[in-house]
Amino acid sequence: MGDSVTTNQPIEKRPRKQVEYNIILCSGPSCLHNKSSELYTEIVKQLEAFNCQSKVEIILSGCLGMCARGPIMVINPGYILYGDVGVNDVHDIIKGHIVDKTPFSQKVIHEDHLFNRFYRVFGDVKFFGKQMRIALRNCGIIDPEKIDDYLSVRGYEALAKVLTDYSPAEVIHQIQDSGLRGRGGAGFPTGLKWKLTADAEGEVKYVICNADEGDPGAFMDRSAIEGDPHSIIEGMLIGGYAVGAKKGFLYIRAEYPLAIKRLEKALTAAREQNFLGDNILGSNYSFDIEIRLGAGAFVCGEETALIQSIEGERGMPRPRPPYPSVRGLFDKPTLTNNVETWANIPVIILDGAKWFSTIGTKSSKGTKVFAVAGNVENTGLVEVPMGTTLREIIFDICGGIPGNRKFKALQTGGPSGGCLTEDSLDTQVDYESLAKAGSFMGSGGMIVMDDTTCMVNVARYFLEFTQNESCGKCTPCREGTKRMLEILTRITDGRGEVKDIEKLERLGAMISKASLCGLGRSAPNPVLSTLSKFRNEYEDHILHKKCTTGSCQAMLTYSINDQCIGCGACIRVCPVNAIKGIKRNPHTIDSELCIKCGECMKVCKFRAIDRV
Amino acid sequence: MAKDSIVTIYINEKEYKVKEGQTIMQAADSHGFKIPRLCYHPKLSIEGACRVCIVEVEGMKTYAASCACPVAEGMRIHTNTKELRRARRDIVELILDNHPKDCHTCERDGNCELQRLAYAMGIRHRHFEGERKHYEKDLSSESVIRDPDKCILCGRCVRICSEVQKVNALGYAHRGFKTVVMPAFNAPFSESVCSNCGQCINVCPTASFVEKNYTQELFEKLDNPDIIKIAQIAPSVRAAIGEAFGLPPGRAMHGELAASLRKLGFDYVFDTQFSADLTIMEEASEFLERLQGNGPLPMITSCSSAWMKYVEHFHPDFLPNISTCKSPMAMMGALTKTYFPGKIKKKPEEIFSVAIMCCTAKKYEAARPELMVDGIRSVDLVVTTREIAWMIKSAGIDLVNIKPQDFDAPLGISSGAGAIFGATGGVMEAAIRTAYELYTGETLLDIELASLRGFHGIKEAEIVIDGKPIRVAVAHGLGNAQELLAIAKKDPKRYHFIEVMGCPGGCIGGGGQPYATANSIPLDEECLAKRAEALYAIDREKTIRRSHDNPDIQRLYREYLGRPLGQLSHKLLHTHYGAKLPRGIIVGGGE
Repeated sequence: MGDSVTTNQPIEKRPRKQVEYNIILCSGPSCLHNKSSELYTEIVKQLEAFNCQSKVEIILSGCLGMCARGPIMVINPGYILYGDVGVNDVHDIIKGHIVDKTPFSQKVIHEDHLFNRFYRVFGDVKFFGKQMRIALRNCGIIDPEKIDDYLSVRGYEALAKVLTDYSPAEVIHQIQDSGLRGRGGAGFPTGLKWKLTADAEGEVKYVICNADEGDPGAFMDRSAIEGDPHSIIEGMLIGGYAVGAKKGFLYIRAEYPLAIKRLEKALTAAREQNFLGDNILGSNYSFDIEIRLGAGAFVCGEETALIQSIEGERGMPRPRPPYPSVRGLFDKPTLTNNVETWANIPVIILDGAKWFSTIGTKSSKGTKVFAVAGNVENTGLVEVPMGTTLREIIFDICGGIPGNRKFKALQTGGPSGGCLTEDSLDTQVDYESLAKAGSFMGSGGMIVMDDTTCMVNVARYFLEFTQNESCGKCTPCREGTKRMLEILTRITDGRGEVKDIEKLERLGAMISKASLCGLGRSAPNPVLSTLSKFRNEYEDHILHKKCTTGSCQAMLTYSINDQCIGCGACIRVCPVNAIKGIKRNPHTIDSELCIKCGECMKVCKFRAIDRV
Repeated sequence: MAKDSIVTIYINEKEYKVKEGQTIMQAADSHGFKIPRLCYHPKLSIEGACRVCIVEVEGMKTYAASCACPVAEGMRIHTNTKELRRARRDIVELILDNHPKDCHTCERDGNCELQRLAYAMGIRHRHFEGERKHYEKDLSSESVIRDPDKCILCGRCVRICSEVQKVNALGYAHRGFKTVVMPAFNAPFSESVCSNCGQCINVCPTASFVEKNYTQELFEKLDNPDIIKIAQIAPSVRAAIGEAFGLPPGRAMHGELAASLRKLGFDYVFDTQFSADLTIMEEASEFLERLQGNGPLPMITSCSSAWMKYVEHFHPDFLPNISTCKSPMAMMGALTKTYFPGKIKKKPEEIFSVAIMCCTAKKYEAARPELMVDGIRSVDLVVTTREIAWMIKSAGIDLVNIKPQDFDAPLGISSGAGAIFGATGGVMEAAIRTAYELYTGETLLDIELASLRGFHGIKEAEIVIDGKPIRVAVAHGLGNAQELLAIAKKDPKRYHFIEVMGCPGGCIGGGGQPYATANSIPLDEECLAKRAEALYAIDREKTIRRSHDNPDIQRLYREYLGRPLGQLSHKLLHTHYGAKLPRGIIVGGGE
């Protein structure tokens, strides 16, 4: 096969320890936050108490995605999924499930409310039913700190296959045929990116994994690394082979200490087994990966800024062309892909481009991971095939809006994405459809908002984020977003002026066309999309000085109605003495003094305080 | 495809054949367009930050920055659409909105690129005004004042400091609206690695960098009848000051300057070119000493104050190679406080010695304690070309039309060699003229050393003195100097003598020279060449072209100093330098 190389060391597969049960304890960020580490100690203690530690293996896995019900625990065989597990439940679960061989049904997640019975296979739990886990295929299944676990799920087989059977050009063909597109947000065809880097002139080339995940509330990359670091390493190894690089950099933000620790462990383990280093698996391909920590600048997720940061410079985007595939890191051709993109690579090699391209829509193949947050029942991490509708994600997988509230808007694409409304809920998740609907894919942030959300305030919040994170290099982004933010703040403070909408549109249009990098170009999106879809809210704020959702405090007026019996409770809590009145006579609020803190409303037992 | 192949592009629907590899801006420039621009500077890397030079390219979703975007075959470019004009206008307004509204009291009023641009973009109303950033001015430096409030973040200062001067004293800090240019760790300028060269002032489009202004102090001294006010004028001041009065570059104005300074109130006007001759006497003698085995080679010149601070910070290992000679300014200063008071029967304390320099770093140099003579400062005050131009204007003196006068004796007569000190290669040329003749006793016939002239970054020459080949090298700009030192470090026997001037082009491109005018760019090479030519013309027109032939120099040695490198010379004309380790810099780092 052309210039391919031969391996003489077949990967040794080591079967796991033979046990009767394994307990998978989610140690994703959310479950850890909910003290899953204490659970671990308790499980060990209880297993010893029942003297069954020898037949049970405990696996600390990556994120299972069902963060709203964490801490999550799965007991195999049977994929019995336990949620909201507390330390006090461990005794019952171990006794029931392992000693008495009857699952402890009170803590098993079941969604069949009609018959109140539970499903035995967690695939039947709605949250997982419509998901398809490719990038996160091993998350929640294997112990990410054990390379043997990864090997037991076909780990590094794709690398071996590539080194044995494929020339670099053939690898690129596979990736191109698969239709995989960049998961970092822009959706550039991955195979083409690889080809451009492979074709670029130069002896030395680099491969970069962009793990500088910065969108507020997003943790796709973090979970992928924490749950399955070897997949990413293997992806980079294959990418390095395809483009002719000997060195890879993994740029990860320093705020992810667990992910970093696991990556370091994985890199060491991979080196020990010659998956990394010189003459990998006996071939003449050598490659190694170095971790570089980001210092917490959002803009460093931008490819050229990230490259500058690795070079030791302040992370600021630079104009392109030249594109990094031609002149990137240290002026050498450089291939940068996002964590999720890399995680897809081994699967494509193993199962074939053809299989991969059957998943998804015409233009977007495969799956996409989303971090769903906001006013939704099951907040967490989901991976769905492209083509799944937004409605399915929000209402089927994530269980809809809590508290019987009405769905109002959905924001995709991180802080600079657009807001979509009810009309767009049947939009399929793919790069083009989302863009057509007025937002974009982004790296996978998804924020669901119910009807208590003020859209002007939402736009202001996101713009505040992008303004703070602007690198400050180009004028439109640095100065323009500041002025837009000032206008939005003015509007939400009830000081909006008639011309403000026009100014927002004028600045927004200019900033999105004139900025240097993607951060600036997309920064006005939340404003422009809410302006087009919720213009009436802006007008309410500006013309009528009214925020219908009551979110914008400055515009609220508190008053006391005739239900008041003059108990004086409100007088006692008012921090600014704005409430006056004689006992047993109706009180009044001095709106000049009132700071709209709402304390009076909280203590009033007679619903006598009105807020409009 | 080769770089010189031709592509067809369309600018505003008209077809043009342009060189491939050019940017849209370069292509447009060569066909009669001048796309508005701000952060762009031809000598510096492409920043693409201000976004003023945006154009529309058909098929692109966003505007392209014409300074950064290369042309491509068939590209259809629009430079002047309604939408573009509005976007550019709004961008410039956004810059202006975050800039102090004090144009008419600003140092750069009338000479500010932002002001010109805002005027040209037709900004007569403000639509988006709001908060303005505020940072304290950094007044710590002897030479350069940094005013972040006026900064528009074009990054020229950062780039010239890192790319041309390779000092890297400046960088960005903070993000978003709070972004600011400052030295590392927000150190005061005086504690930073800043060499005081003032090139940031030259390239700054606004007044974010200005020199420390001493004009009011000087006026007060000039009003004091009880002291003797002495001025000295550096060679390259005369070659550039005309520009501040609207004259084209390249007119030498020393006669006019001498006359104007007397009108301004100076009692004596001396010429730094005289002390340049003196420097050559000392330096050439020192070189010959070293050549005979007394001291390390290559010897490196020490005239440039920015260069000296840079060496102390970054290359202290080269300090033994640095000539112990003081700069011409400091030598003149020393004479005005020793030799001259004796001549006019005054005490040194009664003398107020002022240096008019093309340089901001000289302000720092003058304050160096090691340059004091018997505990008093040899140069009391330094003003730049710009400052003296303001003073002359504000005093109502007609510099352009005034009748030229001569400098005062006995420190006013100079040779042609002293004049060329102001241009890169000049010190070396002057030194060779004298060293050759002192050593061989023969006359050097071909005294114009063409290979040492011009603006190549590093120039080399070989001169045979008494059968011995002497290899010399010249660098201008601290970046080139760093490269030259790297060569010298690698191959210590390669050179015998090295001249370094800290600024691009030498002193003629100093940080205190007049600002670029409306139709020129800062540090324009053509302008620098004309200033240099003015100095070479002075040299050509002189009958005395060698420092040792200067009769007043000969008399000075005869009457006062004795001989070059003699005891009194050592006391008055030589000094020492020491390593200055700034925060975070490791000795010998940088290569």
